[in-house]
Amino acid sequence: MNTTETKLIFEHSHAGRSAVAQAPQEHAATAIPAHLRRKSAPGLPAASELDVVRHYTRLSQKNFSIDTEFYPLGSCTMKYNPRACNSLAMLPGFLNRHPLAPASHSQGFLQTMYELQEMLREVTGMQDVSLAPMAGAQGEFTGVAMIRAYHDARGDTERREIIVPDAAHGTNPATAIMCGYEVREIPTDETGDVNLEALREAVGPQTAGIMLTNPSTVGVFERRIEEIAKIVHEAGGLLYYDGANLNAILGKVRPGDMGFDVIHMNLHKTFSTPHGGGGPGSGAVGVGERLLPYMPVPHVEKDGQGGYQLAEEADRPETIGRLSAFMGNPGVLLRAYVYMRMLGREGMVRVAEFATLNANYLASELKAAGFDLAYPERRATHEFIVTLKKQAKETGLTAGDVAKRLLDHGFHAPTTYFPLLVPECLLVEPTETESKETLDAFVEAMACILAESADDIDTIKSSPHNLPNRRFNEVAAAKALDVAYQESAGDAAGAETRTGTHG
Amino acid sequence: MPFIPHTEEDIRSMLERIGADSVEDLFDEIPAGLRAPPLEGIPEGLNEMGITRLMQERAAMDGMPLNFIGAGAYEHHIPAAVWQIATRGEYYSAYTPYQAEASQGTLQLIYEYQTMISRLTGMEASNASLYDGASALAEAVLMAVRVNRRSKSKRVLVPGALNPVYRRVIDTLIGNQGIELVEVPFDETTGQTPVEALAAHADDDITAMIISQPNFFGILEDVDGLTGWAEEREIPVIGVVNPVSLALLKPPGEWGSQGADIAVGEGQPLGAPLSSGGPYFGFMTTRKKHIRQMPGRIVGRAEDADGKPGFVLTLQAREQHIRRSKATSNICTNQGLVVTAATIHMSMLGDEGLTRVAEACYANTHALVEKLAAKGIKPRFTGEYFHEVALDFGGNAAGQLQAMADAGLLAGHDLGRDYPALDGCVLACVTETKNENDLEQYVAACEQARAA
Repeated sequence: MNTTETKLIFEHSHAGRSAVAQAPQEHAATAIPAHLRRKSAPGLPAASELDVVRHYTRLSQKNFSIDTEFYPLGSCTMKYNPRACNSLAMLPGFLNRHPLAPASHSQGFLQTMYELQEMLREVTGMQDVSLAPMAGAQGEFTGVAMIRAYHDARGDTERREIIVPDAAHGTNPATAIMCGYEVREIPTDETGDVNLEALREAVGPQTAGIMLTNPSTVGVFERRIEEIAKIVHEAGGLLYYDGANLNAILGKVRPGDMGFDVIHMNLHKTFSTPHGGGGPGSGAVGVGERLLPYMPVPHVEKDGQGGYQLAEEADRPETIGRLSAFMGNPGVLLRAYVYMRMLGREGMVRVAEFATLNANYLASELKAAGFDLAYPERRATHEFIVTLKKQAKETGLTAGDVAKRLLDHGFHAPTTYFPLLVPECLLVEPTETESKETLDAFVEAMACILAESADDIDTIKSSPHNLPNRRFNEVAAAKALDVAYQESAGDAAGAETRTGTHG
Repeated sequence: MPFIPHTEEDIRSMLERIGADSVEDLFDEIPAGLRAPPLEGIPEGLNEMGITRLMQERAAMDGMPLNFIGAGAYEHHIPAAVWQIATRGEYYSAYTPYQAEASQGTLQLIYEYQTMISRLTGMEASNASLYDGASALAEAVLMAVRVNRRSKSKRVLVPGALNPVYRRVIDTLIGNQGIELVEVPFDETTGQTPVEALAAHADDDITAMIISQPNFFGILEDVDGLTGWAEEREIPVIGVVNPVSLALLKPPGEWGSQGADIAVGEGQPLGAPLSSGGPYFGFMTTRKKHIRQMPGRIVGRAEDADGKPGFVLTLQAREQHIRRSKATSNICTNQGLVVTAATIHMSMLGDEGLTRVAEACYANTHALVEKLAAKGIKPRFTGEYFHEVALDFGGNAAGQLQAMADAGLLAGHDLGRDYPALDGCVLACVTETKNENDLEQYVAACEQARAA
């Protein structure tokens, strides 16, 4: 890991320097009236092309990533992102297509998107698929907004509540609120399944729906899903499927067959589009019979003459509307398409099989190494939870400590402190693309940390030691908020940059 | 097995350690009746050579026409280094920087991005980005409602000359939150939003006001006059701006006497290719006093245990993973990879490069207007414009546009689709990517389409 880059790009700036080859030729000054014009230059960096390339290349080397480290972050599905997905989505014909190009100049793109919709429909068992949502949370919004549109259209306006298990992702309750609903939380039972008694008590004429993740965020398959569907449907509510964990069941079980009315998929998890340091994602939504009229626009459909077109508001009068300026994140959708075509029918099922094999193997080995599983009597799905409750009490070794010390061993940390209901938890998701040797090395590192905690907890508590930085004081950072760089008064280069106005 | 490394021996020994007879056994908690049928609708897998051939054919189908459409997505030159660096595995395949010590590359880059976009918009604080310009505006409306505790109406003034798709996206995203959008009409001669049009609301309880600069027709608004009207009434102002235009135009932070409260916009012109509409990114900046009401991730400078500086995600108590149902938004993503590209793009261009791009766009658009005027095709509005212009095609815009498309040139966006009063008008955009020959082609195609 390169730790030498300590300057900001602004500190590499020198007034009068620029990446000359990138600027268009000079044009006459504009006739924009003075009162509408900018008075001083913005203060962007003034650097040569090599300065910029070197700075951002060096910065990249201060990141952990799938391409460089094992990244077993639970609930995030950090699998290998095949390079072909990137290079093929970046073919000039795709990059240069304007989103408002007429259908006559869009058939290659639209056909590809239509086929993606069809493949996602098949693998989820839903009736139709929308590619419009730009991320998982927007897919959730889309789903819950459709549930609301469905009830509203029936004049069923007393349904004010969305039921959410306590193990749910934070986006679930936040989404319900954005759709104008109230949230009712129900507990998980001691085996990791939804507490059915609590569910029966919670449902009623006020129930708009339930948001469920299956396999759930505690890393087990919700065995009584059919009964849950029955309870909620009989109360007049609908079922929303959070597809965060779809990787575990791809081709094995389909949300549509489990009774869900609407689902979102994180294409950046299951279908291996890159996480990109926090986005862009894509939250395609699958829809059951009841919600078809409310699907968002635009939507790709056949034009009846052998071609494809986009359905818009006029074609779908009951649509919940439009989620983005155009149609979601097509560059991400193209990557997912390439991935799915490369896997094919057989490969799709193998994803679930080997993700599950790796998780169960890793869980067994960690257990053998002395760690406690949160649900030892259950099968792991594509992920599982280790709880350090015992160690935290005995030696002071917390989940956060293990996470930081793992970084020193060259492994990214699992997800820590989520789900909230398991104390001192590590949510571990190895994915199907990791080899047995990598998993074994991870177990070895974990065992090493456990042994170290018995005789040198201080070294662990003060870790990481081998990274560009040690642990940060986040409280102080939030207090003395610094979210944008300001050149100090004595910084001559910076001052020159700010006054070096052109035009 | 594509992307799965397991050998037969691996599988056997792993199952043995687990204590299972087969991989199938690992799925024994799933009720038998729920097991999926074979996925017959999904084709057989392709190897990389096969999929490459297929995608090349698909990409070539759409013909790469000469493009003069803008309307929210703008074709600009992107330095080769931008995406070569942005798609380095360390950026491309990293997750959200929750483990700060292992994510200093992404975190520092976002801090630099926040600095650049704050400076460009003349504001004090930026988040790490939102999905796109339209959804950023919807989030800005929600934020303004949170900021303005004095107002009880949740009534927001929206210019009729705002991108109509943005208007629809706001309707979708905040339609269930009791917010009323009130349209302020534009002047049909100038294309501007006149300050006088606000008089109708002089005594109303208004919660926030949106100003678009330039507006959807490319026309420059009297931002000081509009902001001044809002300031007199203590109404928060949301500026919707084009980032390239800000190299030349007064930034929202300087509008009126105190500046706008929130600035948002589509970040795509800063290094994201057209790519059929995404991924792009929405930017959002504000004044420091409003920062706790801002949605999305924010990176701040911090010190580590050794006193060494670095960067962390900060103010996370606003966000869904902590606050759940009380969060400022359900958003958890930012458009990290596109922001990576935009940060490299802005660094590469600098003030001078971005100014030159903006001036070239302005000059090329005005040059096209001049050439077309000589042929009798005139701008629909009289107001000053930046790099987009509403051209009066004299009727049947859709037919003329399709005829020009068939000749390999996308001449603009049909304004009559959203504005019946502008039937026959086309919104055209000429960026720095177009040369003299391209403009001549436009004029020729236009004349041919008219004659047909």
